[in-house]
Amino acid sequence: MSFDLPKAFKDFDEARQNSFIAMKELKESGKKVVGTFCTYSPTEIIKAAGAVPVGLCAMSDEPIEEAEKHLPRNLCPLIKASYGFALTDTCPYFYFSDLILGETTCDGKKKMYELMDDIKPVHVMQLPQTSEGEQSFNLWKSEIVRFKERLENDFNVSISDEDVKSAIVERNNERKALKAFYELGKMVPPPFTGSELLSVLYGAGFKFTSEAITSSLEEIRENTLKDYEAGNRKVSEDKKRILITGCPLAGATQKLVAAIEENGGTVVCFENCIGIKSVEDPVDESKDPFDALTEKYLNIPCSVMTPNNKRGEMLERLIKEYKIDGVVDMVLQACHTYGVETHTMKKVVNGVNETPYISIETDYSQSDVGQIKTRVAAFIEML
Amino acid sequence: MDKLYSIGIDSGSVATKAVLFKDRIMDTVLIPTGWSPKNACSEVFESLLARNSLNADDVYVVATGYGRVATDFADKTLTEITCHGKGAHYLDSDVRTILDIGGQDSKVIKLDRDGNIADFIMNDKCAAGTGRFLQVMVSLLGADIEDLDSLTRGAEPEKINSMCTVFAESEVVSMLAGGSSKEAVASGILHSIAGKISTLASRVGIENKVMFTGGLAKSSELTRIIEQKLGREVVTNSYSQLNGAIGAAVLGQHFANKKSK
Repeated sequence: MSFDLPKAFKDFDEARQNSFIAMKELKESGKKVVGTFCTYSPTEIIKAAGAVPVGLCAMSDEPIEEAEKHLPRNLCPLIKASYGFALTDTCPYFYFSDLILGETTCDGKKKMYELMDDIKPVHVMQLPQTSEGEQSFNLWKSEIVRFKERLENDFNVSISDEDVKSAIVERNNERKALKAFYELGKMVPPPFTGSELLSVLYGAGFKFTSEAITSSLEEIRENTLKDYEAGNRKVSEDKKRILITGCPLAGATQKLVAAIEENGGTVVCFENCIGIKSVEDPVDESKDPFDALTEKYLNIPCSVMTPNNKRGEMLERLIKEYKIDGVVDMVLQACHTYGVETHTMKKVVNGVNETPYISIETDYSQSDVGQIKTRVAAFIEML
Repeated sequence: MDKLYSIGIDSGSVATKAVLFKDRIMDTVLIPTGWSPKNACSEVFESLLARNSLNADDVYVVATGYGRVATDFADKTLTEITCHGKGAHYLDSDVRTILDIGGQDSKVIKLDRDGNIADFIMNDKCAAGTGRFLQVMVSLLGADIEDLDSLTRGAEPEKINSMCTVFAESEVVSMLAGGSSKEAVASGILHSIAGKISTLASRVGIENKVMFTGGLAKSSELTRIIEQKLGREVVTNSYSQLNGAIGAAVLGQHFANKKSK
């Protein structure tokens, strides 16, 4: 079988660019669509309702100017972009969504959802402040049930436990396939560049059937491995192995990945929302489906939780498993939880065989490309 | 052919510095960068070669600073962080923390025992606390950077509240209009800059011995105020403005030796 690996990677980029056509077809066939913003969104419930979950646009500088007519300028660019896309109706997925799912992850987002609700119906799930304790568990479980009831009501369907269970299996298979692929990053040297890895991690969310996601991931994994075993090396062995952690990274903030890869580094692991943060652990298929979903989503090591010891534990493990030379923490402007957490993360990262750590604060503009380049180049020179 | 000499060139936004090196500092040159870093880099390079009767083939060239990309004759380019680290280590191997206030940015660099970079931090993407900030403020006073020490010595500083260069400028204008003395305002400006670099330093954690580098290290008043803010001794060196170029030259010799092996 012949294959063209660069094209296969590009396919994930294209999935993202062209998926609005697939989405249009799904809508025309009568499917309901739920737009999401966050890894805390229990997509299994959306699937169990026979609807399609889709991640909404939030990664470009373009709609921010418009968003600033309503939102403060000194706000996280991700929130401004999310709202700006809705306001200007320039996100095709927002356009096709029947319902928007929000969650009270951070103050900026939860207040923005109130404004967004004037544009399209937004269902907000109340996320607890801590992932620990019975009260948090019960709150989040009841929120998942409330979301299920909202979908049943709005879409005029009924969702059985069996529907949820089979959606869990489906999503677990997608997670398993994605994990099997990104774990190739543990190889030295890695079989893909950081930009290619990001294309797959990000693009996988824009294929709308479980079969399409799983089979394309399995195929690209197999071909990547075959190519590597045939002796092809995309990344030279002397490149410094970088792990990126922090705020969601894609679109405008790919400037950081570019700066790393143009200055002697290669990103082998993305420990963030668009990366592996929510994919590492599957949902327990043996438990009551609502208990299992509650447990899974509360376990996501996001900085909005207090305490958030799991992120540090995950970083410690990943630094070893992926043989990381240096950790780059990306913080979006005005993201307080990730911003404050940099102090703790630096200590954690430095604690693993004195692994160097750098925090880079940025936004969606290109005005700091030069500064980022200098910081990243100096960081890699010191590794 | 083996390259016996190295030249380090540090092209900053204000000055372009170059150092000729062979086991020790042989010669140095410093000129204003002007509008063209490319011309400035060529000029310092050619003048070092001519003054020491050397050919371009005899030297290994490492360029650093923001103008480093403009040199087409450099064998290697490195960031100023790495070069400042190496330079300070060469000047004083006991130094563990470097405070550098450049024209465009200020930075704090931590070194390990061997002069390798252990950690560093830079100012955010604005001119607050940089040499540029000082330049704007000093020209507002109709003074010269060289006169700062004599101007501020013994003056009771006016507190400048704004960190943003543009807002600080209007604050200073109001102060002068309100009758504040030129000396008090100038002293306030130095306190403002010292405060900014001290905060940066405490974020990355200070380790002894501390060296202050960059053109502003020539101001003994500024050095004294920084010492006061940090609560510890801060050393400077007569070569401090050339620090980046020295580091580049030291690294240049290292690379040249490695290559000839």
